[in-house]
Amino acid sequence: MGNYVKLILLGLIAFFALFAANQARDIAYLVNALTIALVAAGMFIWVLRNTDEDRPVVDLSGEYMDGVVRAGVIATALWGVVGFLVGTFIAFQLAFPALNFEWAQGYMNFGRLRPLHTSAVIFAFGGNALIATSFYVVQRTCAARLWGGNLAWFVFWGFQLVIVLAATGYLLGATQSKEYAEPEWYVDWWLTIVWVSYLAVFVGTLVKRKEPHIYVANWFYLSFIITVAMLHVVNNLSIPVSIFGSKSVQVFSGVQDAMTQWWYGHNAVGFFLTAGFLAMMYYFVPKQAGRPVYSYKLSIIHFWALIFLYIWAGPHHLHYTALPDWASTLGMVFSIVLWMPSWGGMINGLMTLSGAWDKLRTDPVIRMMVISLGFYGMSTFEGPMMSIRAVNSLSHYTDWTIGHVHSGALGWNGMITFGCLYFLVPKLWNRERLYSLSLVSWHFWLATIGIILYAASMWVTGIMEGLMWREVDANGFLVNSFADTVSAKLPMYVVRGLGGVMFLSGAIIMCFNLYMTVRRSPAVQTDNSAVPAE
Amino acid sequence: MDTYSLMREFADSWMLLALFAFFIGVVIWVMRPGSRDTYENVADIPFRNEDAPARAARHASDEEH
Repeated sequence: MGNYVKLILLGLIAFFALFAANQARDIAYLVNALTIALVAAGMFIWVLRNTDEDRPVVDLSGEYMDGVVRAGVIATALWGVVGFLVGTFIAFQLAFPALNFEWAQGYMNFGRLRPLHTSAVIFAFGGNALIATSFYVVQRTCAARLWGGNLAWFVFWGFQLVIVLAATGYLLGATQSKEYAEPEWYVDWWLTIVWVSYLAVFVGTLVKRKEPHIYVANWFYLSFIITVAMLHVVNNLSIPVSIFGSKSVQVFSGVQDAMTQWWYGHNAVGFFLTAGFLAMMYYFVPKQAGRPVYSYKLSIIHFWALIFLYIWAGPHHLHYTALPDWASTLGMVFSIVLWMPSWGGMINGLMTLSGAWDKLRTDPVIRMMVISLGFYGMSTFEGPMMSIRAVNSLSHYTDWTIGHVHSGALGWNGMITFGCLYFLVPKLWNRERLYSLSLVSWHFWLATIGIILYAASMWVTGIMEGLMWREVDANGFLVNSFADTVSAKLPMYVVRGLGGVMFLSGAIIMCFNLYMTVRRSPAVQTDNSAVPAE
Repeated sequence: MDTYSLMREFADSWMLLALFAFFIGVVIWVMRPGSRDTYENVADIPFRNEDAPARAARHASDEEH
């Protein structure tokens, strides 16, 4: 019976998507509508083939739901490579403008590819990593199967659809011009539905947990899911110009719009790229080290301090703008105070290894997790420093900001995710061990040296650029034109691109290693099947 | 007083105090007597139920040691 309702709905969606494609006002909307029609038609056929088939009802409550986690791990690795590849390419576009090919103008120039890169790495790579690990961790720490049955699969595939719609939209020019929130109104609405389902699956699993206590990682995951929902809805309040076009108009305007955008933007960093990934740290670092977290008390204080402070830090993106001084001072002060909980969390993660430091020599996976915490500590010191108004007057609009973001994103988010993937793949595919630890070491060193080349070249070029912009001669005239800074930056841009190539090759090695782990590594011996599951 | 000023005044006085008091309360609560045993127990959660869900609900008293 349920299948008939699904078939009617899918048929209607396919029909209206085709109708919308026919009415489309712009090419991005047209392609997105056709994509939706194609997906709905494909799902229609799939549901139809499964309708009125006799399927035995199996009681799965005695097992964890790991299929969706496996799919999430594959998606994370693949989107990661795509995102790093686009990032490396646009890095070379900046160094060598000829790579903005004439035949691809308006589709593959820097301006179109840049949001594709940021969304691919943050939302496709990072988002899939968060969804997959949160489904894995919440089941293990609640000792309960995921709530909601196939709703978890809806979350996974719905999120992939968001990524595909957003990515094709960017290339064809659909953007609402909000950094890290570029997707247009219909993608925003769809993401809202997917995200609420994600929240339902997560909270549903928490509610039916068998452990009386909610483990700290779940607190971080939950704060990430709830806050991202709130940020997403408020920052995307917009009115479509036409329901048959991708263009929409923001409800806020002027400085209110700017403040809302950076309240969103900084908390995307704070709750998506920090709270969610700290949840990964609080589960996977203890697991890989084989020891419980250093201080559970500190983890609770860390959690409340972090979420109380992060939400206020956004205005530091708007120093020296129309934003009132008190607001940017507030943002600056909270950013500096934020340094403390950030380092508290880093210390908690690092000290989890106390008594097991020898593992750093023998286990490249734990080495990856430890260096991610090192980069976390470094970028959470650099960030508060750059939020100080006087420092910001030098650093803002320069490549220093880009270097800062990448030491956090590649170093912290990237490395901890790689560590989690190396942990998860043998577990999820029931393999004794990884295919090759020396390939993990290759990945580790390629990625680390790549990040160092990236961050160091961006420090040099950023500070140089900032100093050149503010240089005045004895009569008070500016010494350099903008083009002077551009030509001075070429060597650093090439170094940055090479750093990207190294990071990308590390990720490709990882994909090979994980694939071979699934194909070649010996399966775990199951000779203890008679032992009860207590 | 207009809405903006009213909310501004509330936010930077009573609300600030309430949130700060909540945070200090959390810190004190974490340090409460007997918390060490509780937290040593719950910090082991990642090392239980790795392969399959628990059969029956677990009680905090199961792990007294």
